[in-house]
Amino acid sequence: MDIVVLIKQVPDTATRIQDRVRDGHIDLDGVTWVTNPYDEYAVEEALQIKEKLGGTVTLVTMGPERAASALKDMLALGADEAVHLMDPAFEDLGPRGTAQVLAAAVRKLPHQMVWTGWKAVDGDQGLVPIYLAHELGYPHLSFVSDFELDGDRATAKREVEGGKEVLEVTLPAVFSAQKGLNEVRYASLKGIMAVKRKQIPVWDAAELGIDPATISTPAVETVGLERPPERAAGRIIEGSPDEAASELVRLLHEEAKVL
Amino acid sequence: MQTIWVLGEARDGEVKRVTYELITAAREIADGASVTVVLLGDDLDGPVAEIAAHGPDAVIAVSDPGLANYSPDAWAAVLAAMARDSDPDVILGSSTARGRDLTPRVAAELGVGLASDVVEIGRDGDALTAVRPIYAGKAVQHVRVTGKPLMATIRPNSYPAAEGDGAAQVNTAAPAVAEPRAVVTIVEVSASERPDVAEADVIVSGGRGMGGPEHFAMLEELADQLGAAVGASRAAVDANWRPHSEQVGQTGKTVSPTLYIACGISGAVQHVAGMKTSKVIVAINKDPEAPIFGISDYGIVGDVFEVVPAITAALRDGDAG
Repeated sequence: MDIVVLIKQVPDTATRIQDRVRDGHIDLDGVTWVTNPYDEYAVEEALQIKEKLGGTVTLVTMGPERAASALKDMLALGADEAVHLMDPAFEDLGPRGTAQVLAAAVRKLPHQMVWTGWKAVDGDQGLVPIYLAHELGYPHLSFVSDFELDGDRATAKREVEGGKEVLEVTLPAVFSAQKGLNEVRYASLKGIMAVKRKQIPVWDAAELGIDPATISTPAVETVGLERPPERAAGRIIEGSPDEAASELVRLLHEEAKVL
Repeated sequence: MQTIWVLGEARDGEVKRVTYELITAAREIADGASVTVVLLGDDLDGPVAEIAAHGPDAVIAVSDPGLANYSPDAWAAVLAAMARDSDPDVILGSSTARGRDLTPRVAAELGVGLASDVVEIGRDGDALTAVRPIYAGKAVQHVRVTGKPLMATIRPNSYPAAEGDGAAQVNTAAPAVAEPRAVVTIVEVSASERPDVAEADVIVSGGRGMGGPEHFAMLEELADQLGAAVGASRAAVDANWRPHSEQVGQTGKTVSPTLYIACGISGAVQHVAGMKTSKVIVAINKDPEAPIFGISDYGIVGDVFEVVPAITAALRDGDAG
């Protein structure tokens, strides 16, 4: 089973982004960059499938120079190869343009499955996996939290509001990972040492056979960016547990009027 | 602008409240345009009648045995074909699991943009404007969508549900349904009667300070007294005390309930990002320095094991009295 896993480098989730919003943009200078957490579940799942069935796991990311470190981090977990998509024409693409570039890379790589995180924790859009499936002409299965494979037939479970759904599909397909799918392994020292010397190929538009003029421009334009409204601290309710509880219930009824 | 489509959602014959919230959102930008709810499935008479009584101008029932089970590719193909035919100006979906799975595939089929997971929409001439939290709410992005149809998915609880208002016209459509590729084969309905955190009006949430999974029983009791959902912090989920479906925060769900009660939650950046737009926040924590108090309307410094049962009892007494 050959699998391509798409990953994205994002600011660490502990980053206080709200303090970095300035003049309508987010200043990301000096943040700690990590692999998008949902993409890590995708990598882990691909590695587990490979360990069971054999085959290859190839990582793909699109991003600036720094993104190579995310590829190295994930290679150290046991992936076979990695490709870094980088070209001035790939900067500031919307989800559709991104999906077009990623699809061109996926087509050049051995795969029966494509895995990625269901969304990146920066832009929170969750569009690229689905747009990518459309570009490739594949079905997609989103938010997978449990996965089984029987030949070329895959069964995936996902959480929906008020329950779970089980979906089935025949490969090839695009799968997007949700938290809960698996426990991501730690890199072994051997794995870390092995990737140190690894040369990661960089593919540009020419290498992918893409004419930059044909990449979709974003149909959704950002026109403003601001900090979330501040919340002021309210009051501390004093007294014994019983007194404080009664007072809280009274305030929720009479002052906040939410009960 | 003449026509706005709302992608309705029903499960097991029951209409999801978010459908009515989308009708309200559509009315905000309609300016005289008609609001039409499109519902896919099989055996839709009940849900369609219910939706028709909630204020849209029209309902299109797309009922077909081939649509009995949800399939993102087959359903998107049906909706895209209908949209090409009817040419609506706007298509609004919900930012539920179903909506986030289906609506982008429709946008991809139609080759148009989509503003994802928005909390507010507006009009700017022929464009759609939208407000969307990014980084799980640590920043707020304002976007402008152009093209036709204009598309967006709207987060549950962002708009009040539309109330009943006469009976809308009900139409049926019978488009060709392709063989589905990815398809739902089993639906496991949650045994719990509690609402899902993403849809709940009130959430009672627990963190590391709960000490262990067994102590969440007292949060469930309080939740049941309030008709609330139970939520959890990342610490509680990572410790396997609670399922990920309950996680609130940057790698869980972003929520905006009317009332959020944080129990034994310190208020880590990634948790606060996911719940700070709640209307009223209550925090119960034994550490008076816990950051959660800095964003709470009401705080009780104390032992959750004493305070939470006391609140449940006070509510029960209030109901009895």
